[in-house]
Amino acid sequence: MCATCGCSGTESAEHEHEHEHEHVNEHEHAHAHPHAPHEHELEHGPGHGHAHDHDHVRRVSLEQDILAKNDRLAARNRALFLARNIAAFNFTSAPGSGKTSLLQALIKRVGGQFPLAVIEGDQETARDADRIRATGTPVVQINTQTGCHLDAQMVNAAVTALDPPRGALLLIENVGNLVCPAMFDLGERAKAVVLSITEGEDKPLKYPHMFRAAGIVVLTKIDLLPHLDFNLDECLANVRRINPEARIFQTSTKDGAGLPAFCDFMASQVAVTRA
Amino acid sequence: MVAAVAETVGPARVARVRLQIGSLAGVVPDALRFCFDACSRGTPLDGATLEIEEIAARGRCRRCAAEISMTTFLDPCACGSTEVELVAGQELRIKDVEVEVH
Repeated sequence: MCATCGCSGTESAEHEHEHEHEHVNEHEHAHAHPHAPHEHELEHGPGHGHAHDHDHVRRVSLEQDILAKNDRLAARNRALFLARNIAAFNFTSAPGSGKTSLLQALIKRVGGQFPLAVIEGDQETARDADRIRATGTPVVQINTQTGCHLDAQMVNAAVTALDPPRGALLLIENVGNLVCPAMFDLGERAKAVVLSITEGEDKPLKYPHMFRAAGIVVLTKIDLLPHLDFNLDECLANVRRINPEARIFQTSTKDGAGLPAFCDFMASQVAVTRA
Repeated sequence: MVAAVAETVGPARVARVRLQIGSLAGVVPDALRFCFDACSRGTPLDGATLEIEEIAARGRCRRCAAEISMTTFLDPCACGSTEVELVAGQELRIKDVEVEVH
């Protein structure tokens, strides 16, 4: 269940049964009087007619972010990555933008320089994990079933299973979706949003939350430029309007264009994390 | 959200939940209301009233420091600058709940 975005998923439902009790006494601090926790306000219970119209109602102040639990778990992931000098990146995009192809190309170029590990997120099938496994890279596939995004708990479980070595580059491929994954911190160093040029130059404006949340924007299928009515300059301007600080790369896994710059940047991120 | 409230208040029946949702938080209040009933079924929040306070987005201009109201991420400042930092409007908070005490 995901009340944030309205989707439902077995995977995300599982972690909600984990209990944490840091919040138990939070409401006491919000009351003006020290004895307030036991003070009952008399109010009419909604929809109960006359029989119960003297129900006691106690107001409990929560002042809690709806995503607080995910954020706590993401902070735990981030601490784990920091302790092990792991550089983790969360790749998001619309379905079919070429995330897996980009990761395969990255693995091919940087493989051997440092340890690699991949977490694949899809609603169904292990097809992407199979493609990554074929490169010899350790991979865990998460199937979210009806869920539309990865959350910090799923990533934590996958990291436990993968057990990436110190100094690794951890590539997390999120479910193809430009909406909900923008809101769920997984503990990554940065989000990398992948945009294939067949999707149109206005995508950053149409999905501003995701493009704002990203530290890296990777344009893919750039080899198709001569065949499309895609205005590259306008696309780049749109990205910068939404997110002036994002690092932008233009790549093609077909002819290899732009891959050296992207892969060198990712390697530099690993070097920074290991330092 | 339903799980967070249920964990906090325990098995007591919840009569009302008050949320604060920023206008640029990426959440559609109507969609949230729509799924609240389904998500709360069988939990202590079943039948609770969901109140959503929408918080208008505001930004601060990085160039002239003026504070402006915003309806999209791209609203420019009156000074012409498009470098506006969002200072409100991304809230996704559970403000409080009312729990029935018998």
